[in-house]
Amino acid sequence: MAILRDDLRPELMDRFRTQVTTETPFAERLVRFWSNHFTVSNVVRVISPATTAFEREAIRPFIFGRFAEMLRASSRHPCMLTYLDNIRSVGPNSPQGRRQMQRQGLETTLNENLAREILELHTLGVNGGYTQDDVIEFAKAITGWGHSGLVGRDAPLPRQITFAFNEAAHEPGPKTVLGRRYPEAGDEEGVRILNVLAHHPSTARHIATKLARHFIADDPPPEAVETLTNVFLETGGNLAEVTRALVLLDAPWNQPLSKIKTHEEFVISVHRLAGLESLQQREVMEPLRELNQQPFSAPSPAGWSDRGPDWIGPEALMMRIDWARRYATTLPPTLSPDEVLQTALGPMCSEDTRTWVSRAASGDEALAMIFVSPEFQRR
Amino acid sequence: MERRRFLQLGSAALMGALGSTRSAYAAAPTDNRLVFVFLRGALDGLHALAPYADPAYRELRPQLALERDQVNDLNGYFGLHTGLGALMPLWQSGELSFLPATSTRYRSRSHFDAQNLLENGSTTPYGMRDGWLNRAILALNDNDRRLGLSIGPAVPLILQGQASVQSWSDSSLPEADEDFLLRVGRMYQQDPVFADAFHDAQGALQPDIDMNAMGGRNNSARDFAISAQVAADLLAHPQGPRVAVMEMTGWDTHFNQEARLNGLFQQLAEGIILLRDGLARDWSRTAVVVVSEFGRTAAENGSRGTDHGTGGLVMLAGGAVRGRQIGGDWPGLAQAALFEGRDVMPANPMEGLFKTLLIAHLGLPASVVESTVFPASTPLRPLEGLIVGV
Repeated sequence: MAILRDDLRPELMDRFRTQVTTETPFAERLVRFWSNHFTVSNVVRVISPATTAFEREAIRPFIFGRFAEMLRASSRHPCMLTYLDNIRSVGPNSPQGRRQMQRQGLETTLNENLAREILELHTLGVNGGYTQDDVIEFAKAITGWGHSGLVGRDAPLPRQITFAFNEAAHEPGPKTVLGRRYPEAGDEEGVRILNVLAHHPSTARHIATKLARHFIADDPPPEAVETLTNVFLETGGNLAEVTRALVLLDAPWNQPLSKIKTHEEFVISVHRLAGLESLQQREVMEPLRELNQQPFSAPSPAGWSDRGPDWIGPEALMMRIDWARRYATTLPPTLSPDEVLQTALGPMCSEDTRTWVSRAASGDEALAMIFVSPEFQRR
Repeated sequence: MERRRFLQLGSAALMGALGSTRSAYAAAPTDNRLVFVFLRGALDGLHALAPYADPAYRELRPQLALERDQVNDLNGYFGLHTGLGALMPLWQSGELSFLPATSTRYRSRSHFDAQNLLENGSTTPYGMRDGWLNRAILALNDNDRRLGLSIGPAVPLILQGQASVQSWSDSSLPEADEDFLLRVGRMYQQDPVFADAFHDAQGALQPDIDMNAMGGRNNSARDFAISAQVAADLLAHPQGPRVAVMEMTGWDTHFNQEARLNGLFQQLAEGIILLRDGLARDWSRTAVVVVSEFGRTAAENGSRGTDHGTGGLVMLAGGAVRGRQIGGDWPGLAQAALFEGRDVMPANPMEGLFKTLLIAHLGLPASVVESTVFPASTPLRPLEGLIVGV
């Protein structure tokens, strides 16, 4: 189900507030990681009012659950079905497809987008061993996956939309995906295929690699990926177990500060560090707009990059500096730079940074210096 | 108004402290300039460059067809919408040409997919994850200099990739003071990633344009005019970028398109003239290419608009363009000549035009263009006769 809202800002601000004040930041980090893995983006404008609902309904409940459940919830969510065009995909031999092809002289009514991205981005990975035929067959299997429609189009928001299976658009007949034959089973076919994909060794490796890249380093150590892959496979994609294995690895702890924060992580961490009681909308939305990482606006279904160099271009760095410098001037003079430095960086603080913070001409300049220090822009 | 970007005053002192930046002094591989203007939403080519003398055009568009007095005649068959009239001096001086019936290899009708394919330079919407202009820039100079310039809040896919590019957008944040930046620069010396990025920022150019002269217009007109001036100013700098990408939105005219297009045409024409004026001496070695993801239906719909189509219009402007011509093939508007019975036939490959711009204008070897910029596109030959040449 998705709840459409006309103004997302209050919910987006609640979402930021949770990030800034949470006492379980690791869980919030996981929400963002998985939300980015299953990207929905308001680049497709019509889904914008449902993006927060997508994260709340298809991602958050499953971060310590089974990958298969998250995959299923994501793939069948009205927001994803719309974002990746499955609502426009019609089986060429379905009653609806035959009519459309005849009337409009089309070659096909199938839209492969969602099927392709599930295989390439959400499960197996681009080199995960699937073919174009697999994409087409999987796309046929999920024809008819749509939503209940914008019932009462003129009704005021919020409105609710639920998953709906449109039999008349479903491609009839058996489908073969990754060498396995699925007899005609309507709505169930796609669910069965998703379940196989969720437990596939390529999926395990793909997910393990992405987790390791996010939490360890842009180019994570192969042993770490290996360990996570094995845990994923042994536990049937139990994300609590996979996450536990990640935390128990030595690698994330041995390589501190190897990752550069995304703009969103940077802005949130500055606010966490400042620790003000109320979070001002302007101080979140403005920097993220200027830095061009507004919530749910990833440029493609691949989501935001998880590699450092993509986040520290010259213009972006100057933008971070400009914002941090201005924001620091709004902070109460009671914030002690020494204490903030200790909280922010503790033993990770380099001599250089300590020196330049201590030489700052004023308290707010010292705070700004901490915010823009290399250590604080890393994690 | 406070403007982006980087330090103008005091940058010499900073560079003294930090050493010169490699990007500021490396020689550029070409002096030619390329401006890529992306009209997102699908331009109705038949409303911009109207085959006004064609009876089939009037039949397809009983309400929308342009009359003789709504166009500047170009060759007795095609006429240019008067909203684009500011471009007529360029036509007269041989610095403007048109390619009607042009398209990428995309044959469906999703804006998003079509734009992706146009920008990634492959055969499918998600066929490649980087942009063909970025690959071309990488091949041009192995990234010793940031030759690409993105105008606007986001770097578009066409410029995304391995080659780092400059970007410019209208920022509302006040700039940090120079003394603070000087200290930050010192602090960054310990961390090469931050030190390099900071270095490049100091070496970056700042556009010098008069924002106040832009007052009194609506936002999008103002934005495009500013973009054009910023692009021209940075491109005209000897150490500046060579390739700029700018975009305009609002072209998806499903209903009541006449008034909207008239306004957009005027903004577009003004922007191109601002590019010419800003580039000044460098205009003679500039090619401006104006494209859209696909064309629109040959016939009008029931709402005084047009729907998603296939073959579309490309405009070329600049001193490096062989102007005063309507290039490529024109299949006409007879029912049998329409694609799927409804759209202008895609007769000229847009990729062929792009190849010409890269090879004949920017001097990239054809082998590189075929192997890395537009892989798997060999049957699409470069279009001849459009560019003066390097």
